[in-house]
Amino acid sequence: MTSAAAGVAAAIDRRGTLRRLVRRHGWTIGVYLLLLALVLYWRGQTKLPWGPFDVQSLAIDALPFAFAACGQAVVILSGGIDLSVGSLMSLANVVSAKYMLHMSFTQALLFSLAVIAGSALAGALTGLVTVVTRVADIIVTLAMLFVWAGAALAVLQVPGGGAPLRYQNLVQFDTVLTKWLPSAIAILLVAYAVLWLTVRRTKPGLGLYAIGSSRSAAYLAGVHVSRSRILAYAYSGLFAGLGGLALTAASGIGDPNAGSIYTLNSVAAVVLGGVSLLGGVGGLIGPIGAAFVLTLVKTLMILKGVNQNYAQVFQGALIVLVVMVGGLAIRQKGKGT
Amino acid sequence: MTAIPSRPQLRRLFGDNPAVVLTLVFVGIFVLTDIVNRAQGDGAFLTPRQVSTTFLFAAVLGLMSAGQTLVMLTGGVDLSVATTSTTGAFLISRFGTHGSGAAIGIALAVGLLIGVANGIGVAVFRVNPLIMTLGVSTITLGLLTVQAQKQFTSLVPGLVVTIGSQRFLTYVPYDLLVWAPVAALIILGLRYSGIGRMIYAVGDNPVASRLAGVRVWQVLLVVYALSGLLSAAAGVLLVGFNDAADLGIGSPFLLPSVAAVVIGGTSIFGGLGGYAGTVLGALILTVLDSLLTILNASQAVRQIIYGLIVLALAAIYARATAASE
Repeated sequence: MTSAAAGVAAAIDRRGTLRRLVRRHGWTIGVYLLLLALVLYWRGQTKLPWGPFDVQSLAIDALPFAFAACGQAVVILSGGIDLSVGSLMSLANVVSAKYMLHMSFTQALLFSLAVIAGSALAGALTGLVTVVTRVADIIVTLAMLFVWAGAALAVLQVPGGGAPLRYQNLVQFDTVLTKWLPSAIAILLVAYAVLWLTVRRTKPGLGLYAIGSSRSAAYLAGVHVSRSRILAYAYSGLFAGLGGLALTAASGIGDPNAGSIYTLNSVAAVVLGGVSLLGGVGGLIGPIGAAFVLTLVKTLMILKGVNQNYAQVFQGALIVLVVMVGGLAIRQKGKGT
Repeated sequence: MTAIPSRPQLRRLFGDNPAVVLTLVFVGIFVLTDIVNRAQGDGAFLTPRQVSTTFLFAAVLGLMSAGQTLVMLTGGVDLSVATTSTTGAFLISRFGTHGSGAAIGIALAVGLLIGVANGIGVAVFRVNPLIMTLGVSTITLGLLTVQAQKQFTSLVPGLVVTIGSQRFLTYVPYDLLVWAPVAALIILGLRYSGIGRMIYAVGDNPVASRLAGVRVWQVLLVVYALSGLLSAAAGVLLVGFNDAADLGIGSPFLLPSVAAVVIGGTSIFGGLGGYAGTVLGALILTVLDSLLTILNASQAVRQIIYGLIVLALAAIYARATAASE
């Protein structure tokens, strides 16, 4: 009797937990279900047998995008927006490609760390400027977009440079444990775990969510608002640096315009990934999934022989539609007014 | 001692009379350009001819940032102005063979349509303006590229070329005939018409405006539609100036369109500013561009300087407005 009751209680509890999990992460789960559906569709469409090689090619295309989405997500969930993500990626891309050309693999890895640190500092500078000047995020980051893009042009006027072959293989060929797990995805997961999971529940991490939710409430609760905002942009720079290096490894060259498409695309992935543009809600897992979804959609359209420009039209329409639906959903919950 | 204006006074001057300060900045950069040009042995820059050229060049930016001003006054931003003007420019050369009237009509109508699409998204479905206009811009550019790949005879009608690139009475550019009336209409309209006042009200406080009986969504719709129309008109001038359209013709104007508005003293948060400042902002950016050309600055340096100037001016305004509150 008691054990039966306990069993029922446990079942109810489990169902409650499940329901809460679905309610809290429903959007993210939806994104991954969509990704799964797209992959299955993709598998049915290819003429040649679908295999690890296809997973690898998806991972190569999606890795820089996923990093851009992560950077943008941190800023947006802290209540800002970063339009400079793409051009900072370009800068990291050209700097790494220019100097790695004649480096050994180890030197290239060490240099990567320097590039990542530099990008994080560049991001922090953007954050510092927003805090000190009190100018709107969008204006500051729009201005920084041009500063970084100009700097990238100054480093390399035309596509060029290079990276050691072994460095490129990290993203292009290597796999971890099984041939189904490209090292590009492993790098992404490690970066996520090390950079975000360790920080998310700590005081600075919670500060990011707090200022995104309500800056004044966060201030009254003792959160150091300025420091949190700078941290958010430093994160954005950090991920932009990783994204730029991913571009170098994936393409083998540096291109001063390589990152420019990621400015809009990162916002799209963040929105599709369930992060509210109002801030305070969401995580990085959703945007990462969304980056893969958007990459795959493009791959599928090319596979189907659709004019690539219609793919662009489709992507623009998708972004607008997602924001529209997302906005309606938020209003249904009564959060927005 | 007392001759030196104290910081608060400077601040007040800037906060209350940005037009005076901006005019001084405009003249200052012009004189500086003149000095640099003389120093390089290329003669005077401060000539009626160069003043006229500056106005001729500034008209495109002026029209594009006119729409941007209206949108930013409501607290939004329109990042589709560049592609909309490209669309206008492209349609002129696409339908140029049908006569200038038809071509201009089609270009303006499509521009208006793009603006309405933006407006519906922002006003009715309450999509974030940044996302909506970027999305619409992506869609427009995609459709435009598809259209451009088709075969057609491209022709820019003579009338459009005249308006976009020539002058009458030796010094007056024809495009001023478009820009000046539009500027007058917007400046006066914002100050004296009902919709003008409502634009400020909506930008200042949308909730209060709604409670006061303003149909906020209609105001927003009108503002975005106008921005589309004005951007297409800018595209018409642009294609007249270049005598040919390519798909990147409008894109260099995107940041300057925002920059001109910010330099002109309109707040990104809405409700504060006006078009007179933007006009001066457009003129300042145009002379600055000439100066950088004379200095032989590379594209890289030019972009960095642009970004830094926008940042610096926005920061100064943020200070000035914070001090006056």
